[in-house]
Amino acid sequence: MIFAVARTHFAKLKRDRAAFVLAFVVPVVFFSVFASIFRGSSSRATTRQISVVVVDEDRSANSARFVEALKREKGLKVVDAKTLPDRKKAPALDATAAESMVRRGDVPLALIVPKGFGATSLQFGPSTGRPALKLLADSADPIAPQVVNGLLQKVAMTSMPDVVARAGIAEFDRWGGGLTPEQRARIEEGIGKLREQSGPSGGGNGSDGEGGTGGGLVSVGVRDVLGEEKANPTVAVFAAGLGVMFLLFSAAGAGGALIEEVESGTLDRILSTRVTMTQLLLGKLFYLSTVAVAQLTVMFLWGELFFGLELHRHVPGFLVMAVVTALSASAFGLVLAALSRTRMQLVALSNLLILVMSALGGSMFPRYLLSESVQKIGLVTLNAWAIDGFMKVFWRDEPLVALLPQVAFLVAAAVVLFSLARRLARRWEAA
Amino acid sequence: MAEALPLEITELHKSFGDRRALDGVSLTFAAGEILGLLGPNGAGKTTVVRSVVGRVRPDSGTVRVFGRPPDDPRSKAAVGYVTQEIALYPLLSPAENLEAFGRFQGLRGQPLEKAVGQSLQWTGLAERAKERTERLSGGMKRRLNIAAGTIHGPRLLLLDEPTVGVDPQSRERIYQMIEELRRGGVSLLYTTHYMEEAERLCDRIAIIDHGRIIALGTKEDLVRSTLGAKQTLTIETESPVPPSLREVVERRGGTVSDSTVHFSVTEPAREIPELLAAFRNDGVRIRDLALKTATLEAVFLQLTGRELRE
Repeated sequence: MIFAVARTHFAKLKRDRAAFVLAFVVPVVFFSVFASIFRGSSSRATTRQISVVVVDEDRSANSARFVEALKREKGLKVVDAKTLPDRKKAPALDATAAESMVRRGDVPLALIVPKGFGATSLQFGPSTGRPALKLLADSADPIAPQVVNGLLQKVAMTSMPDVVARAGIAEFDRWGGGLTPEQRARIEEGIGKLREQSGPSGGGNGSDGEGGTGGGLVSVGVRDVLGEEKANPTVAVFAAGLGVMFLLFSAAGAGGALIEEVESGTLDRILSTRVTMTQLLLGKLFYLSTVAVAQLTVMFLWGELFFGLELHRHVPGFLVMAVVTALSASAFGLVLAALSRTRMQLVALSNLLILVMSALGGSMFPRYLLSESVQKIGLVTLNAWAIDGFMKVFWRDEPLVALLPQVAFLVAAAVVLFSLARRLARRWEAA
Repeated sequence: MAEALPLEITELHKSFGDRRALDGVSLTFAAGEILGLLGPNGAGKTTVVRSVVGRVRPDSGTVRVFGRPPDDPRSKAAVGYVTQEIALYPLLSPAENLEAFGRFQGLRGQPLEKAVGQSLQWTGLAERAKERTERLSGGMKRRLNIAAGTIHGPRLLLLDEPTVGVDPQSRERIYQMIEELRRGGVSLLYTTHYMEEAERLCDRIAIIDHGRIIALGTKEDLVRSTLGAKQTLTIETESPVPPSLREVVERRGGTVSDSTVHFSVTEPAREIPELLAAFRNDGVRIRDLALKTATLEAVFLQLTGRELRE
């Protein structure tokens, strides 16, 4: 009897060839996507580079050497006054402008090299009294400041060995009872050679450094410019990512009502009335979007009540993003439903597409963990744009007008996806 | 100017891939008429109906509903479609289903409310108006299915096998509903493969087979034109028919099988006494005697060479 039941299901699966194929293709494709993403991030060629905007307030020879060495470090993508894209040149790049760039999300970090750094930058022992490098961080990416801090220590050591040696000798001179003039002369000669050797080859070789703190060779002060005013800095990131993913799942499931209507003959009856296929799909889009906005609202309210998500401070931005995200996710759900001929196909197809989109688009893990090329691919997903929009609202406190790119993309996506669903639905029109 | 006919179908051809579904179907019918479309499964009945509501695009030929093409909004308003499947929302109540299909037909506000109330009364579902439709019996769902197609008061109603899978009691209730519609002046195209339905309800019957209308007329017309004025006389005897009587029977065009004799008679009043006398002369006692008018079943058998339910 048990086998009779199982056999019936196998027979059904065999009949629904598309579902049969997808049942095996989904895990393989999903595995391949994950494997590619993470293999990509660990390989040398596509290692993730952390963008840092650097402001050299010291303008000394040593600070210039330090900045040049940072530029050669493969783990960093340094943006300074010289390499700043034209559109951002005015106002001139100073600490305030750099902080704005971090706040806007242009870069995750800003490094301020303070006045006096060149003279007293490197020192063994306690850091009190010497000018510290300032790292302005966006803690939406909590890993970047730690990695960069380590790289700064490493670059200081490798790019300025002469300065390190001089600092060491100074300590020895201070605590070791003083040096003879002959020793001083030899040391000066040695340090000169070190400076020559360090040259342009000093600096990074691409390997990651171990993170130091303010007590390292160079003193580094890290300031979280965005999260410091937040009740719960990370919850907005998760809420946006998960919200979008579940919206897509929910829209795909609800879009399946269309398949039920086809199977029950209800669609046939509806289309024999005055309702046209376009009206029918628009009605479904309206319904799905309304439910989706309600789902997001409930989720964010829950976040406000129990996890410190500040919804009440961001209501207009939330509504704008919720509406455009809901519209695009619902249109996507309609495409899946119109594409599938059976429920089984719909489930398999939506699992495949939504999980891949969520992985690439930042719903499952932050996109900054991915290599730059994979991050770029992620920009074709609804998730990436929706998450960016919600982040602008909840994390960066940006005005509504700053949401224009995200709103434009998601509305355009909704229009394109709806048109596609309409076209696919032609097979249900008069035969 | 006289109003156009409710339905005019001219030389309709339609193929699905290699399968020819309609092969030159032509039909017209008058206001207030019930036209039965009788044929076995797969004969093309549903394709005709779906062509009338614009759900099938014919390869050639025309359909006119009150003089207009099927996809004209005025045609849609004038036509009601009762699908073969129970095409309702199972989780909604009967009242909600009726409201939904009323809205799809453009009804709003007071008229919609009134139409829903009347339909619930008409179907006998007023007391269960707020239950989930999925919990109704099969017969109730069938009645609701008809009401969903008539909520907007169509002048032409297409009923595609509306009694499939319904018990005799519920079927009787559906027949009453259809007769009420006829009394209200609605023209009906009624597809079925149940002979007795067609005989009972329809003013005229079109027999369709392999996508062609092979006969059209009243039941009497069909019988007369196909079988002539003959009636069937069946005589059952108490003992097997002896050879001497068998000879007499066969000479008169009858058939004998064991103790049952069949005759075709055109003048029963004259022929039956003569036959009874022949039986009496041979000393054969008669157990039962039946005279039957020719049925549609016989007509269909004569025209197509196969049983209707094949």
